[in-house]
Amino acid sequence: MWQVIRARWRQGQRTISYPAGPAPALSDRFRGLPIVEASKCPAGCRECAEACPTEAISTDGSRFQLDLGRCLFCTECSEACPEGAIQYSSDYRLATRTREDLLYDGQTLKLAEALDQQTRRLFGRSLKLRQVCAGGSGASEADLNVLSTVVFDLARFGIQFVASPRHADGLVVTGPVSENMRAALLEVYEAIPAPKLVIAVGAEAISGGVFRGHDETHDGAASLLPLDLFIPGWPPHPLTILDGFLRLLGRLDFSISSE
Amino acid sequence: MTDDRRFAALHNAQALPRREIPLLPFAEFRQAVIEAVRRGKTVAALFADAAADGAVVLHAVLGDAHRATLLVSQTRLERDAFDSFTPDCPQVYLFEREIAEQFGVRPAGHPWLKPVRFHHSYRPGHDAWGRAENEPIEVGVMDFYRVEGDEIHEVGVGPVHAGVIEPGHFRFQCHGEQVLHLEISLGYSHRGVERSLIGGPGKRTIHAIEATSGDSSIGHASAYCQAVEALSATSIPLRADALRGVMLELERLANHTGDLGALAGDVGFLPTASYCGRIRGDFLNLTALVCGSRFGRAMVRPGGVTFDIEETRRAQALDRLDRALADLKGAVELLWNATSVQARFEGVGGVTRDDCLALGMVGPAARACGVPVDVRGDFPAGIFRFAQIPISTMTTGDVFARAYLRWLEIQRSAAFVREQLQTLPSGPHRLTPAALRPDCLAVSLVEGWRGQICHVALTDERGRFARYKIVDPSFHNWTGLALALRDQQISDFPLCNKSFNLSYCGHDL
Repeated sequence: MWQVIRARWRQGQRTISYPAGPAPALSDRFRGLPIVEASKCPAGCRECAEACPTEAISTDGSRFQLDLGRCLFCTECSEACPEGAIQYSSDYRLATRTREDLLYDGQTLKLAEALDQQTRRLFGRSLKLRQVCAGGSGASEADLNVLSTVVFDLARFGIQFVASPRHADGLVVTGPVSENMRAALLEVYEAIPAPKLVIAVGAEAISGGVFRGHDETHDGAASLLPLDLFIPGWPPHPLTILDGFLRLLGRLDFSISSE
Repeated sequence: MTDDRRFAALHNAQALPRREIPLLPFAEFRQAVIEAVRRGKTVAALFADAAADGAVVLHAVLGDAHRATLLVSQTRLERDAFDSFTPDCPQVYLFEREIAEQFGVRPAGHPWLKPVRFHHSYRPGHDAWGRAENEPIEVGVMDFYRVEGDEIHEVGVGPVHAGVIEPGHFRFQCHGEQVLHLEISLGYSHRGVERSLIGGPGKRTIHAIEATSGDSSIGHASAYCQAVEALSATSIPLRADALRGVMLELERLANHTGDLGALAGDVGFLPTASYCGRIRGDFLNLTALVCGSRFGRAMVRPGGVTFDIEETRRAQALDRLDRALADLKGAVELLWNATSVQARFEGVGGVTRDDCLALGMVGPAARACGVPVDVRGDFPAGIFRFAQIPISTMTTGDVFARAYLRWLEIQRSAAFVREQLQTLPSGPHRLTPAALRPDCLAVSLVEGWRGQICHVALTDERGRFARYKIVDPSFHNWTGLALALRDQQISDFPLCNKSFNLSYCGHDL
């Protein structure tokens, strides 16, 4: 007994103060939102687009577009660029409300807006989510689980992962949606009572990621389900996911919550 | 070298020209594999490939731990059926099911011939179960083993489970609470990984490898890079070897820590569950300190590693490692001193040493049964040629053994990481590998945190992948979990499952 109490005392209080306080420090090598200086691009240069493993970049040397829904946040484009025009920033905020908003010009990203007033009245203080891994690699799932640890303590926001879809207000999808998980995913969606939210977490769930175009997958959840929130990353950092959830519920946007 | 002319011998992370691999008549091939396994060799891989003329070729890769040597051999099948090895060599039973499903050849006499991942054959018009090409294949629909009787009932679980985990289907035959038999049917996460690698390496290849099993990104990427470096005769800098070793052991530290926490959670011992959940994150963040990704993505690349560890980062890493380990010691020792935990861990989910050997189990699950297999010592490659990690074993093969073994391995891995960081070799950390040599075969083994990761790459006449075989450690171990459940309470399934913590996507590919 004393050993348990002593261990408890030694482990201390570990929950982050975010979002009231600052977000925890990330590695200086963390690859968050990339910043692209398209003005540096030589005319006709396509080195980054050709290096990208998931064809996320389109550029003709002047107009640059990066599909964050396909981006693996790897180092291929930044290493390939002869001008050093692509640099990863430490900005972990990446979630958007629409697929189109993920088509990013390299400078400004339109982050997710909060749900409308009525939906927020329903889910803003209590959001129960059912997670379905539809052919995911286990990495996004692992960092979703991290949100339930003492560090992030998701439950303090009234957000919880639940076992039964009947108890859920929304569905969190990971993985490219393998053909072999399609039916199970749709069944879970049907079993969740309306109104319900659907959230895609990670490059694979948004676009198929590295498995896009495979006969065995459906290139993500968008072709099968109406999506309310897109959280890019490969996998997304837990902070990126938490930021997306809180943004959706309007719990970060103080201008809205003070209305 | 081997005195057995039926095999060609090579070391881990080595390549040889395909013409040097003996091509045996089928009966001799079958006999050679069965005899070798009887004499203690292990089956690292047994897989099929379609030759240029359309014939199916079987390749065997066996491990000879005593000589730190890998043995390879091959045979051509003359028709769409062959005599199953399984009745004489249970280790290959799942490999044969995979061969049947992928290439539409039937292992005649296989006692348990069922699909593995539920997809169409890679050779249109050839199907081991005689299904038509346009007939849809429904996942999980197969002939499950059934126990009949008045008081017998069946429990089906999955593919969607209660927690945030990967999909799989478990079917229990029960008498009351007692499990008589568990059958595990997977394939839900099948994404076509192996098939997509043919014709590579391409710009997606390394990324697909990293997503083979997300929590083993470093392990699989290391296995891939070793194979590619063998095929291109590239010798990477020693500093890169050391950094890969550090990352591999950090991956083990994070996952073993997470597993100990999850095991504590499954028996309702919340202090350790909650502390380990956090400390696992400390190890993931240590991985991110080096390469920016908590899962080690973008770190291991052919020719070396992407990121170096400079002096200040090294000091920071050592400091954080020591602090995480001190926190972990306090959290984990609670487990061994809590009788309520020990009562739930001991004697539950046991696998016997004989069953472990017969199934060819690998990794911590095998070492917990007293079977001392470990790629790092048995087939050393990379940094493990110069720095050894003492192997830990237990004897009881139960949940307790699998849990305590993880704690032993955590301490050994942490000591290794500390030693490597303190004595990092100088020099570059990455070079540009040459092109792949044509018509070669390379075998690459890595001891991932779940056990032996095996990659076998075969190149064609242009130096492209003609076949790329991945064997995740989970492929060897899922049946071990099924055996562990025999005669257990069904309520102990989550605990037993977590004590193995196998990969679904690594199995499903």
